[in-house]
This record gives sequence, C-alpha cells and structure tokens, in this order.
Amino acid sequence: MSQLKLEPNFSDADAFYAALADIHRDRSPGESEQINARLILLLANQVGEQQILQQALDIAGRTTSEKRHDKR
Amino acid sequence: MPSSYTNPDYPYVHSPDQDANDPVHHPVIIVGGGPAGLAAAMDLALQGIKTVVLDDNNTVSVGSRAICLAKRTLEICDRYGCGQAMLDKGVTWNLGKVYFGEEQIYEFNLLPEPDHKVPAFINLQQYYMEEYMVNRCLEMPEIELRWLHKVSRVSTDDSGATIVVETRDGEYRMTCDYLLVADGANSPIRTSLGLESKGQIFEDRFLIADIIMKADFPAERRFWFNAPFHPDQSTLLHKQADNVWRIDFQLGWDTDPEEEKKIENIRPRVEAMLGVDREWELEWASVYTFRCRKMDSFIHHRVFFIGDSAHQVSPFGARGANGALQSVENLGWKLAAVMQGRAPQSLLQTYDTERQHGARENILNSTRATDFMTPKNAVTRVFRDTVLDMSREYPFARALVNSGRLSRPCTYEDSPLNTADTGDFEPGMRPGSACTDAPVSGGNGSGWLLNHLGNHFSVMLKGEFGTARLKELQDSIASLANRDEHIEILRVDAPRGDSTGFVYLTDDKGLLAQRYDLGRSAVYLIRPDQHVAARWRELDPTAIAGALERAMGVEADVEQAA
Repeated sequence: MSQLKLEPNFSDADAFYAALADIHRDRSPGESEQINARLILLLANQVGEQQILQQALDIAGRTTSEKRHDKR
Repeated sequence: MPSSYTNPDYPYVHSPDQDANDPVHHPVIIVGGGPAGLAAAMDLALQGIKTVVLDDNNTVSVGSRAICLAKRTLEICDRYGCGQAMLDKGVTWNLGKVYFGEEQIYEFNLLPEPDHKVPAFINLQQYYMEEYMVNRCLEMPEIELRWLHKVSRVSTDDSGATIVVETRDGEYRMTCDYLLVADGANSPIRTSLGLESKGQIFEDRFLIADIIMKADFPAERRFWFNAPFHPDQSTLLHKQADNVWRIDFQLGWDTDPEEEKKIENIRPRVEAMLGVDREWELEWASVYTFRCRKMDSFIHHRVFFIGDSAHQVSPFGARGANGALQSVENLGWKLAAVMQGRAPQSLLQTYDTERQHGARENILNSTRATDFMTPKNAVTRVFRDTVLDMSREYPFARALVNSGRLSRPCTYEDSPLNTADTGDFEPGMRPGSACTDAPVSGGNGSGWLLNHLGNHFSVMLKGEFGTARLKELQDSIASLANRDEHIEILRVDAPRGDSTGFVYLTDDKGLLAQRYDLGRSAVYLIRPDQHVAARWRELDPTAIAGALERAMGVEADVEQAA
C-alpha cells in the first residue's frame, strides 16, 4: 500500500514556507481562502493516488477534531 | 398544454380470476407496470415463466420523467426484443457544454467508442420506453397485463403471497409463489408490510420543464452552474425526442412547488434562459425533491422489491430506471432457475447481495453529484467554485466537475457466485463484470457478441484445445442439463465445422480478443444476465462445471446447510 510521506521530503523547506507566506501577504481572508483551495486542488492532483490523499485527509481532519476537543 | 405525445389508453379487462370462488394461484405476480415491472415480465417470459402484471393505472408514464437510457439498459432491452424501437426513437448527443456564470468553462465530446451495437446512452422520454415495453409484452404469450387492477393488500410467508386487488368490479384475491413489487419510490406495498427504504433526503427542489422548441437548436447537453439567468443555482438543458427539451432548474429549498409549477412563473425563467424571441411551448412541468435511499433487504419472504421501491437515487447520473433494469436482469434468471428446480432457493438471496452492492454504488455516485451541485457549507462552496473556476484553464480540475456521472453497469465484485481468476488476465472483464459488446460474424448472423449471450449460460472459448478435450467439454455440459439445458458453447476463430454442437464466431476486427483479453487461449463462463462468472486460460471442463454450479448458488447452499 502506498504510504504518505511523513519524513521531510522538501527539496527546500524554508523556501517553500516563505513562498507560502508570500502569496498570502496582503490578501483578504476571502482571497486567502481561494488561494488555499487552489493550492489544495493543484497538489492533490499532483499526488493523485487516492490512498495517499485519504491518509493526508485523515491526518488533517484528526488535528482539527483534537483541537476542538482541547477547547472543551 | 400542447403535447407531442398522446398517452395510450389500455383497456380494463375483467379477468375470470375475479369470479373464482377460491383465490386463483399464479406462479409470479408483478405489481407495477413501469420500467421495472414490465422488464421483469419480459425477462421471466424469456425463461418460460408466466406472469401477471397488475397496474393501478391504464397508461404509460405521464410526463417524460426518466429520459437518459444508458448503454446497459439498451442492451438489456435489446435482449428482451424492444431495444431497437428505443434506439430508433431516441436522441443521441455527444457534445456536452459546462458553464459557470456567463462563461462556458469547457466542453466535452462523448463520441461513442465505435464497434458497439448501441451507443453509450440515448435520451428518450419514459413514456416511449414504457410504450415499447408494453408493445413487446403484448407479443409474449407468457405475460398477462391487467390495467386498472390495484393491489390493496399483501400478505406473505415463506411459501408464497396472497394479495387483494381492487377493480371497478370490486375486490378479488389471488395467490402466488413469488410477488415482485415494482410500485415505485413511495411503494405503498413496502409501507403496508411495515418495511422501510432508508437514506438521505436532500433539502432542495428542482423544477422540470419540458418544452417543445421548433426552431433549430443544437442537440447538445448544456449545464450551468450559477447561470446569469438563474443565479446561484444549477440549470440543465437536454434534448429529447420530438423536439422536446428538458430544462431542469434548481430552485433551492425555500420555494413553493405549487407556485413554481405555474406557467406564468415558468415562462420568465425560460425566457431569461433562451431569450424572449425564441418560440416554445410548455408541455409538462413538475417540481420535485429527491432522496437517495434503499431497503436493508430487497427480499421479504416471497416478496421481491425491484426498481425504485427497493432503491431510489437522485436523478443526476441517470441511475434510477437504469439501475432498476440492472436489478431486474439480475433477478430474472435466478428466479426462473429456482422455480424450475434447477438451482437451490439460496440463489435468490444473491439477488439481494449483488443488487445491494449495485444500489450502494448508484447511491454513492448520485449523492456525490448532488453534493457537488449543492455545496453544504461555505468551505465546500469555495472548493466547488474553485474547481469550476480552475477548470476553465486547467484540464485536471475538469475531472472534479460533477453534474452527474454516466450510469455504468455495476461489477459484482466479490459476489459468492464468482469464481476468482487464476489465470493472468487484464482486469476489464473480470468475474462479476457485465459483458461488453464486440462485433463478430458467424453465429446467428446478428453481427454482435451480446446477441449471442444471455437467457442461458454460455461458454466462450478461443484457442487450440484438441478434439478430445472439446468432446470432454461437451459431455460435461450435457451432464449439467439439470442446471441449464440450453448452455451454448461459442468458439471464437475456430476452424469451422470440425465438430458439431458449437456456435462459431469470427472476430474479424480482433476487438473481441482485445476487449476480453483472449490472447492465444481463453475460456469464459457467462451467466444468463450476460455477466462473467469465471474465466481461465486453459480449458478444464471440471472447473467449468464447478464454476457453473457456484454461479447457480449450489456451493453457497452446501455451505448454508453445513
């Protein structure tokens, strides 16, 4: 079964993070929301494999519910 | 309202059953003369089983209702002998255009793959489909249609069913071994038996307007998300036969269905869409909400639910009537085999197993389309709109645009009737698949593989197996006559006439070999509903006999008894 990579896989992690921050600079929350949606769709297509995408979705969703849980 | 179609009036006929002192017994009674009920009658007639079909009305569908007939449906109807009439009348479209707001974001051309007898789908009003089915039923002596005979009560146990029928001449009773219930999505019989169809109701309303448009308008499907003439909602324009066009307006939940159905409210919507200059007349309008739901079991003692009464989907993806026919073809041969003592009772349970799988698949697809069209919250709306926006420029995003996925036949993965592959094959025609068509010559001269399959088991083989082995196969098939006495052996590209008792097919274009991965040598066992039961690279008559018994539920029966 294909596995989602959870060890670093970036060719340049710092550059990616800086670029991510850059595209959101001076954007309204609505614009940022659209940018994020575009980014997710582009990257999801690049990954392609549904098993990997599902693992990523599971982890992403789990974080949210844990945060919610903490607030209670 | 003007009309391009006049509903036939089928006569009420007083049956001698109504005057009998004791309830008259029939092997099979079918409730409901819609696509599912009529198809069931035809399927059973081809198996030599007599049926009585009861309908509370005296005509076919009022209004166009289900309009997209998928390839598999047309193939099933072709087997019943009413497919050609549908093909002749139906409209084929290839070009689909998707709009988002003002702009066309992309178009797709569904040019059919060549060398299939029927296209991927046609558009045809449901009343035509039913009319052609009725015409075919009237030709079949095994079928008795009783119009204006309304079933009011049903009781059933493990030996049969008793029904009460209301007519203008009063009530009468009948008994049957099996009752097939095809009385529609709101199935009064299902309710009266205390059974439920469970699932999701969507809080949305749609207006269907069928208009007659004389002027030239291209035969293409147009789908708008957030059309300028109908903001924030989806709109669909689809061509039917007789210059009738289906327009589907999404209305949202907070609308009054009675108001929306009025011509004075429909006119401005259509004019906003087509322009005020275009000439059209309204033929039929309906406002509907929809549900995706199914019964936990389609079998209740001797009552079998088929069609919308068993499983209901939203219209997106055309899986209602198309799904119904796949259920019917699944049940027909099994019921006949059990009634004729050729298969154990347990075979019938696999109608439920296999079609629950099909219903789940249809509900899943139709729910996904619905969720795409009607985003459930702000974030999913952003994703939806982003997908549409990106699909203008980036082809990858078009894969996510979902205005309904075309109905494809269900593959019965993991069915207990399948024999798993042992040979090395492409997955396309794996056990459980509905057979795909291919052009052939020879045989019955029809020109198509599918016209050589169905109603009985078939063994299709290609390769050099030697005369002794072929004789062994024939002996083995002959010894299976208690299971199926009409099993045919189809030999592909074999030297003609070297033995008798075979059907010889020639794969002139090599497409049969390609679509079934026949290679140098292959053997397929195909069920009476044209689904693959098993396949091998070698010819092993013992393996074929074993797979055939498994496909008739014999093995499951042994397991159950153990």
